[in-house]
Amino acid sequence: MRFFTLITLIMTTALLAYATVDMPDFGDPSSPASTHVSPVYIQEAYEKTATPNIVTAVLADYRSYDTLGETTVIFTAGVACMMLLRRKK
Amino acid sequence: MIKDSEGVIIKTVCRLITPIIQLYALYVIAHGHYSPGGGFQGGCILAASFILMVLAYDIKEVKKRMSEKLNTVLCSLGVIIFAGIGLLCLILGANYLDYGILHKILPVDPAHARSLGILGVEIGVGFTVMAVMVSIFLNIASGGKHEEEGEAS
Amino acid sequence: MEIMDFIISKYNYWIYIILMMIGFYAMIAKNNLVKKVVGMNIFQTAIILFFVSTASKKGGATIPIIQYGHGEAADIINTAQYINPLPHVLMLTAIVVMVSTFGVAIALLIIIYRKYNTLEEDEILNILKMEDGK
Repeated sequence: MRFFTLITLIMTTALLAYATVDMPDFGDPSSPASTHVSPVYIQEAYEKTATPNIVTAVLADYRSYDTLGETTVIFTAGVACMMLLRRKK
Repeated sequence: MIKDSEGVIIKTVCRLITPIIQLYALYVIAHGHYSPGGGFQGGCILAASFILMVLAYDIKEVKKRMSEKLNTVLCSLGVIIFAGIGLLCLILGANYLDYGILHKILPVDPAHARSLGILGVEIGVGFTVMAVMVSIFLNIASGGKHEEEGEAS
Repeated sequence: MEIMDFIISKYNYWIYIILMMIGFYAMIAKNNLVKKVVGMNIFQTAIILFFVSTASKKGGATIPIIQYGHGEAADIINTAQYINPLPHVLMLTAIVVMVSTFGVAIALLIIIYRKYNTLEEDEILNILKMEDGK
């Protein structure tokens, strides 16, 4: 491959590898991703929403605004494809 | 591009297996509470059943069953269902998309009212995802030509 | 050795860095436009898998669906027994965004092909340079 591409790839890999020094270990139960708001979701999702599947309860009840925005995104993509490709005769 | 038609075995098997795929997709949407699944996953499986029919037959046959007008209506219907449930919660007096207030019009307690609100929202999402996936596929596969006689692809 | 410990305990990050670099190389070094779009897809998939891998917990944790029998009240739920559900939720959104951008990118490629009759990047740049020069 070309020279500048190789240099860019090596530099990006070195930068990302340097960033993994501070990341938590694989499967650590006390990592910051699993300790602030996620135990609250696991403990309270079943009594407040009567839904055993915690992922669906969080997606459609605790974070329902994000799902509304998501539905709008995929609707916009459908409209964009229609507008780009339909041709009038 | 997509050929005109495949052989007899492929046509018959795809025709027999499409209702089973659609039933499985509705199962995945409805059981989003108890097993992995939900609106997005079930909508994609439902769209896959239409794409299977396009691969076995040609595009004109599928466009007779799922016209562009019906597709566009279904796209918007899903978003209307989602936003409409939120608006209903707002009218009844709680915050937007706070399904707990639905226990005033349905004969259940607030926790089960949230569960029914989640189900309604997932159905809306399933409609939109299905219609958009089929619409993008038909537009890209036919290159935009629609309602033309002659070639199908 | 400390270096071996460091590499072995964080091996998931290394796998996803390699996948990300494969996608990145395809995006910047290939000439064909379709290959660039496929490289973008690989890149996005690597990022999604990276986020989902931060959700696991050691010690036999299971999927975040609460196991209960019919008719029983909810027992005390031990949070160390279920993996973290939050990255899974956020990545569902990311997957849908991935599919949307792929669809719109392919539609744009069809229009580019109709206008320039080629899908190679250097030929398109040559055509644009000649049109500018006139």
